[in-house]
Amino acid sequence: MKFIFPTAVTGLILSSSALAAQEAKTIDQTVNEVFAAVTGPFVNLIFAPIPGTSFPWIVMWLVVAASIFTLYFGFVQFKWFKHSIQLVKGDYSDPNDAGEVSHFQALATALSGTVGLGNIAGVAVAVGIGGPGATFWMILAGLLGMASKFTECTLGVKYRNEYPDGTVSGGPMYYISKGFKERGIPGGKFMAVLFSLFCILGALGGGNMFQANQAHAQISGILGEFPGWITGLIFAGVVFAVIVGGIKSIARVTEKVVPFMGILYVGAALIILIVEFDKIGWAFGQIFAGAFTGLGVAGGLVGALIQGFKRAAFSNEAGVGSAAIAHSAVRTKEPITEGFVSLLEPFIDTVVICTMTALVITISGQLIMDGDTGRFILNEAGTMISTVDGNTGVALTSAAFATGISWFPYVLAIAVILFAFSTMISWSYYGLKAWTYLFGEGKTTELVFKVMFCVFVVIGAAANLGPVIDFSDAAIFAMAVVNIAALYVLMPIVMKELKSYQSRLASGEIKKFVSKRS
Amino acid sequence: MLTKIVVGLDGSGSGSRAVDYARKLGSLIGECELILVYVVEWSPFTFQTPEENAERHKRREEEIKMAMDRVVTPAVNAAKEAGHTVRGIVRHGDVADLLDDIAVKEGASQIVVARTSESGITQRIFGSSTANLVMHASVPVTVVG
Repeated sequence: MKFIFPTAVTGLILSSSALAAQEAKTIDQTVNEVFAAVTGPFVNLIFAPIPGTSFPWIVMWLVVAASIFTLYFGFVQFKWFKHSIQLVKGDYSDPNDAGEVSHFQALATALSGTVGLGNIAGVAVAVGIGGPGATFWMILAGLLGMASKFTECTLGVKYRNEYPDGTVSGGPMYYISKGFKERGIPGGKFMAVLFSLFCILGALGGGNMFQANQAHAQISGILGEFPGWITGLIFAGVVFAVIVGGIKSIARVTEKVVPFMGILYVGAALIILIVEFDKIGWAFGQIFAGAFTGLGVAGGLVGALIQGFKRAAFSNEAGVGSAAIAHSAVRTKEPITEGFVSLLEPFIDTVVICTMTALVITISGQLIMDGDTGRFILNEAGTMISTVDGNTGVALTSAAFATGISWFPYVLAIAVILFAFSTMISWSYYGLKAWTYLFGEGKTTELVFKVMFCVFVVIGAAANLGPVIDFSDAAIFAMAVVNIAALYVLMPIVMKELKSYQSRLASGEIKKFVSKRS
Repeated sequence: MLTKIVVGLDGSGSGSRAVDYARKLGSLIGECELILVYVVEWSPFTFQTPEENAERHKRREEEIKMAMDRVVTPAVNAAKEAGHTVRGIVRHGDVADLLDDIAVKEGASQIVVARTSESGITQRIFGSSTANLVMHASVPVTVVG
């Protein structure tokens, strides 16, 4: 990291000083070139293919882990699904604890950090490269990822720090260092530090630059082309006002509007699907056929699979460790209950919302298909499926929705900006927690991170999608490298919690709280 | 037999009129315990930022302390000085639900509340806490104007 960011920041300063002399477009290009060159080696390392194949080892790492957790915990995501919903509804919440963070609130907060551009732009990228078949693998990865999320969030609550003033800090860095110590395994502190470093990169990448980038793409799609750094500066200003200036009202308003935007998004997708219901069967046919045959997409079957898995992981962050930071604020006597609640997150995020986006894109006919062969037509470079207007990312989703509801791109633009903003606020918190774990709590150290976070908003908005998405993915997956390794070591602790909870639930020791009036 | 009366406090003038009325009732009944309840309006189904969540426990403690210091304790002390058997409770949640829950659990004979202190659009959409309590209460409710 030491080698990467000072150079990137220098690049920005250099490019800023050239502002007067050069045209705006050139600034964007300069930022882009410097950024791509600097982050290249890191990206290549994370996405290195397994020798002899074209399959990135990191994707395998995530899927194998999610499968192992699924088997180890006996398909926890299906067996305990109903119980998870009961927990969110508050059926098992002690009324005397009212006023503390509820399961619902922890879930909603974590969701507003994950539901966002990954669901709108990320899915479009996956389907654009991997074809509709990528959706199948995305859903599968979402279902498996529920077990990863369960494991990490249980540990997040169990090993969080509670300070004398009543505030809490939790997340992988805490459960790695404390959990390893408890099990007498060395290296916990080192891994916690490594995770924190990657978490800071993830916060700056996927939690920040990717969001700024796609928000700019959306705004310029409606207002016409203009330099990205302008959007970046505006966004950075608002983020600065919230995280440095402490203007919490902006964050509060966003947190309250975002869920409604999410509902509106799913509602619009549903309307399009209902109107085009005769094509739904065909779309699912495409998804299944594409999942196993490739239908002529870039990279064939493996391409679809890689894209599906990658975008699911990027969208729901299962195994990444970020959600463990968000969920650890819940004050519950049973850490495992927060694990159950958190497993709903990949379900809502990936299995429901991402699938909606993928279905709308598939049905819209934006992806150009050869009518005779039924195979997709690739672009000139052979890297992506050609689209009607040459769109990719959020612009593709926007165009797909516009085929059903012509004015929806305007609503989507607002949704994207709000999603991007709320994800940034969430990730600024995750990054800050990692930062303070490394450098200690304190006003000055916190300010350094927050200012750096705002600088990266500008870089993200100015750079091209390609390098930004590569770096964002790489940074987020780097977190998963450390986190999942730690989860393997700590999963017996979660199993112990699960068994104890299960037996107490069966014996009636843990029971529903029923209101006297009902 | 000890008669219990649950009194809803809201920190306003009308809230204290409810306490005054309950004290009068208590004196007439004789063997009577007043339970003064202040409810901090709170719903488990709101949306919060990660930072708000992390600080929630601290805020809750502060809210309870503030309600105790500013509203409940002065009311309890005043009633005690006047010779009443009295205790105070601060809880988080829905006012109407909690007052009724407490009354049922404590075996109270009635609930005394003030006329609503809410106004405007909230009341129009959600109805006032007092109106909700009156409609759903399990024990008799006296509303003091």
